[in-house]
Amino acid sequence: MESLEPILTSHPFFRDLDQKYVHLVTGCASNVRFDAGKFVFREGEEAQHFYLIRQGKVAIEIFTPHRGHITIETLDEGNILGWSWLIPPYLWHFDARALETTRAIALDGKCLRKKCEEDHDLGYEFLKRFAHIMEQRLTSTRIQLLDVYDVHA
Amino acid sequence: MLFRIESAAVQSLIETLRQRKYTVIGPTQRGGSIVYDEIASSDDLPAGWGDEQRPGYYRVHKRTDNAWFSFAVGPQSWKKFLFPPVYTLFTALRRPKGFSVPKTNGQDKDKSREKLAFIGVRACELKAIEIQDKVFTSRTYQDPNYRKLREQLFIVAVNCSSPAETCFCASMGTGPKVTGSFDLAMTEILDGNDHYFVVEAGSQRGEKILETIQRRPADPAEVSKAGAVVTEAQSRIKRSVDTAGIKDLLCQNSDHPEWDKVGERCLSCTNCTMVCPTCFCTTIEDSTNLSGSEAIRSRRWDSCFTMDFSYIHGGSIRSSTKARYRQWMTHKLASWIDQFGTMGCVGCGRCITWCPVGIDITDEARVIRENNHVEQ
Amino acid sequence: MHEGTVETLDSAASPMIPQPFVIRNIRRETEDTFTMELEPETSGVLCSFAPGQFNMVYVYGVGEIPISISGDPGNTHSVVHTTRAVGTVTKVMDKLKKGDFVGIRGPYGVPWPLQEAVGKDVVIVAGGIGLAPLRPALYSILKEREKYGKVVLLYGTRTPSDILFREELERWRSRFDLDVFVSVDRAVSGWKGNVGVVTNLISKSPFDPHNSLSMICGPEVMIRFTVMELIRRGVDPSQLFISMERNMKCGVGLCGHCQFGHYFVCEDGPVFRYTDIKDMLVKWEI
Repeated sequence: MESLEPILTSHPFFRDLDQKYVHLVTGCASNVRFDAGKFVFREGEEAQHFYLIRQGKVAIEIFTPHRGHITIETLDEGNILGWSWLIPPYLWHFDARALETTRAIALDGKCLRKKCEEDHDLGYEFLKRFAHIMEQRLTSTRIQLLDVYDVHA
Repeated sequence: MLFRIESAAVQSLIETLRQRKYTVIGPTQRGGSIVYDEIASSDDLPAGWGDEQRPGYYRVHKRTDNAWFSFAVGPQSWKKFLFPPVYTLFTALRRPKGFSVPKTNGQDKDKSREKLAFIGVRACELKAIEIQDKVFTSRTYQDPNYRKLREQLFIVAVNCSSPAETCFCASMGTGPKVTGSFDLAMTEILDGNDHYFVVEAGSQRGEKILETIQRRPADPAEVSKAGAVVTEAQSRIKRSVDTAGIKDLLCQNSDHPEWDKVGERCLSCTNCTMVCPTCFCTTIEDSTNLSGSEAIRSRRWDSCFTMDFSYIHGGSIRSSTKARYRQWMTHKLASWIDQFGTMGCVGCGRCITWCPVGIDITDEARVIRENNHVEQ
Repeated sequence: MHEGTVETLDSAASPMIPQPFVIRNIRRETEDTFTMELEPETSGVLCSFAPGQFNMVYVYGVGEIPISISGDPGNTHSVVHTTRAVGTVTKVMDKLKKGDFVGIRGPYGVPWPLQEAVGKDVVIVAGGIGLAPLRPALYSILKEREKYGKVVLLYGTRTPSDILFREELERWRSRFDLDVFVSVDRAVSGWKGNVGVVTNLISKSPFDPHNSLSMICGPEVMIRFTVMELIRRGVDPSQLFISMERNMKCGVGLCGHCQFGHYFVCEDGPVFRYTDIKDMLVKWEI
């Protein structure tokens, strides 16, 4: 079985992370695959992993009574999916569904949280990276909210 | 070569111009102000009328002498003749299929109003005409009507003797002495009972016209008196704008708190743009007759102070009065330089006089300069 | 395009006289957007233009507005315009039929810098109706494809039903020498494509930021964020080009309405180099 360590090392998310930490994190990593149409996770479930998408496309969705499933955002190759594993109560707020066959590396949340508690430097490195992702998502979401293409202002 | 002509010769001048099919336009006193309109003789000139101007204040009054040009400038400028407030661009005619735009339009048929002669153009006004020449006749697309009128325009300029409190031509480099493209330039002298003009020609056309009226070379005393009129006028100019680096000053201070302050005073009434001799913004209007068989497209003066001047779908770019005032003043003193090579302001002071709340452009420029916040 | 000539008493040409064009085809693109194909009434008049330019389009008795030319520059027999029906003039235009007439003046404006893009990767970012003035650029680039490096089209719009030129986009997407990515702000059920702002597409687009030229058109907010994201990717700001929009009454630099700082958008634009206007883009109500 291929070692996931070189894959993690070369992923932009882990750039500049000390190699000893990459090694540590690899211990929590596994290869996963989702067929088209399958849920990666469901709203309300325990957030046990986060994912580095290697191939495919995942839709972050929410279900509403009147409008059914609405896709809020899509993520694909290279994107990071999921941060609820890091923030209590560690539950997913949205559904995530694979739109096409998707391969990803799943990182075990509980395992990582334990390692971050033991080594706060590692914890800080993770939080820095996730803060960056959240900032990007927030900015993008804000622009989506602005509804810039809508002319009937 | 400077000549002396008696005041009666001005009448000859007007008559000669009229004989040569010029429509002669000059100042005349009417309705509480001095306006520019067609004049038939020197009797129409505002003999003995002077003006008093302050921010938001304009009054004419009778003087003790009979000078024809002892006032500054009135609410109108010469631009209304070269660049009419309303101008028909074309009349489209509906056809069974579509429409056509015939080759001539109604306005151009009036040949009688094509040769214009202006009597009494001040130094600042001459500069304003030159500025509008650049706007309308020096770029890729031109105004053919302006060009046609301008080519035939005969300018008799007059040196100011009585600047108003609101004048600031000196600091703008536009006056009070007449310089530039005039056909004739005159300085009015009243010396006891003597009423004469020291006049020079500025063009071949001017020389030819001058040859038809009674004149003699001006003697040194008369030349000196004419010079004194200009010097005296210069000394009476109270207001000024420090124009050093004004382009960068205004462009770099777009967030200056003074814009908020003036924005609160400004009524966006558009008076300043209407009286300004260089403002050139226009809008286009369409109208049809009742049956729809004709559609007229006309161009009329517009103002950047109106709410929908900058409207694009979704709203106006400059919806606050502050932004519109800032646009006008920055354009006039700064952006104009990038666009046309000179400032757009000639220091005539009309915008100060005719602003109902007395906003003073020289004051605004001073405040911004004194509290210069250079932006990052 | 030859401009209309008015024979005034001294034969000076007025730039304000439109030439009659007949509508050969008018079709709905989306709920509020339509495309008109026009031919000059007088045969022999060539309709040539450069991508990014616009015409002033006149509706008899109603008004005249600037509309970007959205067709193929290689076709000189007709001119194509795509626009939204949002104002007085466009709403009337929307109801015109084949055989009706409009007046045309133009083409005006500074076009997209296709010459400057030669030898570089080209990134085209379009938002909403902004795809219309960019389509001619794409036509020109594809016609001389070998002159350019990688070519990427990123297109964002509100919902899947607002996607313009859908068939054409799908055809382009199937080419091997062109990358096309489309994203919508809001999805409807059944949409399996990208959802999110168009700027999200930038990070995964294949182009060399250090040897690229970008052409951007869309709502101003979208433009500003696209610029930020491209610069973050490493693009040289002087290689970013933006098409700006302002109120226009004359289209020829005389009415004063389209001023943007000291620029006249009709003459100095609508295509601007980002570094020439970047300070003004962030100033409110300029």
